[in-house]
Amino acid sequence: MEYTARTLLGAAALSLLASTAFAETLTIATVNNGDMIRMQGLTDDFTEKTGHEVEWVTLEENVLRQRVTTDITTKGGAFDIMTIGMYETPIWGKNGWLVPLDGLSADYDVDDLLPAMRAGLSHDGTLFAAPFYGESSMIMYRTDLMEKAGLEMPDAPTWQFIREAAAAMTDRDNDINGICLRGKAGWGEGGAFITVTGNSFGARWFDEDWNAQFDQPEWAEALNFFIDMMKESGPAGYATNGFNENLSLFQQGRCGMWIDATVAASFVTNPSDSTVADKVGFALAPNSEGVDKRSNWLWAWALAIPAGTQKADAAKEFIEWATSKGYIELVAENEGWANVPPGARTSLYENPNYKDIPFAKMTLQSILAADPNNPTVKPVPYVGIQFVAIPEFAGIGTEVSQEFSAAYAGQQSVEEALAKAQALTNDAMEAAGYR
Amino acid sequence: MARAVTNNRKAINTGLAWLIGLLIFFPILWTFLTSFKTEAQAINDPPLFLFFDWTLENYAVVQERSDYLRFLWNSIIIAGGSTLLGIVIAVPAAWSMAFVPSRRTKDVLLWMLSTKMLPAVGVLYPIYLLFIQLGLLDTRIGLTIVLMLINLPIIVWMLYTYFREIPAEILEAARMDGASLREEILYVLTPMAVPGIASTILLNFILAWNEAFWTLNLTAANAAPLTAFIASYSSPEGLFYAKLSAASTMAIAPILILGWFSQKQLVRGLTFGAVK
Repeated sequence: MEYTARTLLGAAALSLLASTAFAETLTIATVNNGDMIRMQGLTDDFTEKTGHEVEWVTLEENVLRQRVTTDITTKGGAFDIMTIGMYETPIWGKNGWLVPLDGLSADYDVDDLLPAMRAGLSHDGTLFAAPFYGESSMIMYRTDLMEKAGLEMPDAPTWQFIREAAAAMTDRDNDINGICLRGKAGWGEGGAFITVTGNSFGARWFDEDWNAQFDQPEWAEALNFFIDMMKESGPAGYATNGFNENLSLFQQGRCGMWIDATVAASFVTNPSDSTVADKVGFALAPNSEGVDKRSNWLWAWALAIPAGTQKADAAKEFIEWATSKGYIELVAENEGWANVPPGARTSLYENPNYKDIPFAKMTLQSILAADPNNPTVKPVPYVGIQFVAIPEFAGIGTEVSQEFSAAYAGQQSVEEALAKAQALTNDAMEAAGYR
Repeated sequence: MARAVTNNRKAINTGLAWLIGLLIFFPILWTFLTSFKTEAQAINDPPLFLFFDWTLENYAVVQERSDYLRFLWNSIIIAGGSTLLGIVIAVPAAWSMAFVPSRRTKDVLLWMLSTKMLPAVGVLYPIYLLFIQLGLLDTRIGLTIVLMLINLPIIVWMLYTYFREIPAEILEAARMDGASLREEILYVLTPMAVPGIASTILLNFILAWNEAFWTLNLTAANAAPLTAFIASYSSPEGLFYAKLSAASTMAIAPILILGWFSQKQLVRGLTFGAVK
C-alpha cells in the first residue's frame, strides 16, 4: 500500500516536472475585433488543457500589418503566432517565412475547413495559416424602406436593380441615403470595394502578361456606374467613407442599403448598437447584367507561425485549439451561437443551432460564391479577389485607390484617374520585373 | 481714454486666448466625454455633448481587458529614463557649445537638428536589425536609448538656448575662485539654469510619453507602453470609439496631471529669455 502511494506520488511529481519543463509562454500578435477579443477572454481554457501561457499583443489592423511584416522579414522572433490575412499568407508561405501547418491531429479535421478558405491560406497545396474566421461581402438592406419603395430584393440582384432601388429608397429630406459604399483610399478599404465592383463588370487588374488593364472599357464602365450611382443616392462625402463610417450611418438608419463585409451583419442586427436591428435583410453582392461574376470578396483572419519562433510546437497546439470545432462550441456555450467565429468550418453551417442565425445562410453562400483563383471573367495571372497576391500590390493598390478616391471627390475625371492608374501600375510592375 | 482702449484690448486678447485654448483643448475634452458614453451614443448624430446617460462601463471593460498598470509602468520607465539620460548627456554638450564655442559649433548644432528631418520609418529596418543583434527588442532599456537619441537634439538645443542667457563672467568668476569644471557645471551653472532645465525635462518627458512610432514598432508584450495600450483599442472594422476614448483618457491622464501641476515652471522655462 505504502509502495503504491509512493509510486503514485512519484509519478505525479514527475508529470508536474514534465509539464513545467514543457510549458511555454506564447506571444501572439492579433487585431482588435470582437472575435479576437473574445478569444483572449477564453484563453484560460487553453492554458488549463496544455499548461502553456499566452501573452497578447493587440494592435489596430494597419499597425499590426506593419509590425508583423517588419518582424517576419528580419526574422526578429518577437512573436510566436501572428494574425495575418489572405493577402500575406501565400506570399509569406512561398518565401519560407511561415511554418507549414502539416501534421495537424485527426481530431482537428482539417478537411472540415471551408475549401475557399483553405485554398486562400495555402501555397502549392500546403496550409500555412489556419482560418480563425472568414468573411465575404454581401448586401445588407432595410426591409422597411425596400417595401416602402414598392420593390422586392431578389436573393441575387444585379447592379442595375441596386441602382434603381437606391434611387427609390433615397429620401434627402429625411437624410436617408439609398446606398452607402466605401470610397476611402487604401487597398483594403475603398480599393477592395472598387476591385470587386470591377470584377463584376468584367474588369481585371492585369492581363496574362502582367500588363495593367485600366485602359480597358470595363474599368471605365464600372467606375462611371459607381460614381453616378453614389451621386444619385449615396451620402455626401462618400469618398472618405470606409467600413466604420458606413456602419455608423447604417446603424443610425441613414442607409437603405450597404454592401460590405459579412461580419457587419452581426453589428447591424445587434439591438444594443443598431436602431434598425429588426429591419435588416441580406442578399448576395450584385453583378452587372450579363456578367457571370459577382462583386463579393473573400477574406480570412488566420493564425500562422513565423519561421523565426523557437516555440513552434506549442504555437501549433494553440492554433489547433483556437481554430477547432471545440473552440466554436466553447464560444457558443459562453456567448451564444450568434457570436461564434463564422466562415471557417463547414460543420458550423451544418449545425442546427447555427441555422437559426438570420445571416448565416447568406454568409455561407457568399463565401462559397467567391473563387480567389478566378476572380473575374477573363483569365488573370494572379490569385486574390479584392487584391492581387503579389508583394507589390499593397503599394500599387493604395496609389490606385487614391486616384479613384480623387475622382469620387470630383478632383479629377474618371478618364484622368484611370490614365494615372494605368501609368503608375505599369511603371511599378516594370520596376519590379514583372513586365 | 487710453486706459479704456487698453482694457478693451486686454478683454479681446483674453477672449481670443480662451477661444484658442478651448479649440486646442476640445479634442481632449471630446475624448473625455465620449469615454462616458455607450458605443451607440458615441456615434449619435447629432453628437451628444453633455446630456446623456453617463456610464463607467467602458472603463470597466478596459480595466478587465488590459493590464493598464503594466503599460503605465513601462511608460514611466521609458519616458523618465530617456529624459534623464538625455539630460545627463546634453548638459555638458550644451555647456561646451554655449561657453567654449568653436568655429564649427553652429554647424554641429544644425547637423544634430538635421537628424530630426529624416522620417523615422526610413531607419526602421536598420534599427530593428540592430535591436535583434543586441537583444534589445521588446526591452525597456532599448526603447529608453532610442527615445533618448531621438530627443537628444531638442534637449541640447533647448539647454544651449538657456545657457546662452547666462553671463559667461559668472562662470569665469567661479573658475577664478578655483571651481573645477564639474563644480562649475553642477554648482554654478545648473542652479542658475534650473527653470530652463526643468522645462526641458518636462517637455521631453511629454515627447517621450507620446512617442508612438518606435514604441509600437520595437515592442511586443513586455516593454509596450501606453501608446500600445491605445493602439489595442483602435479598429477599422468595428465601432469601439467609446472604449478607445476610455483607453485614451487613461493614457493621457497622468501626463495631463503632471502638466497641470508644473505648468508654471513649463511656461517660465519656455519663455525664458524670450523678452529682452
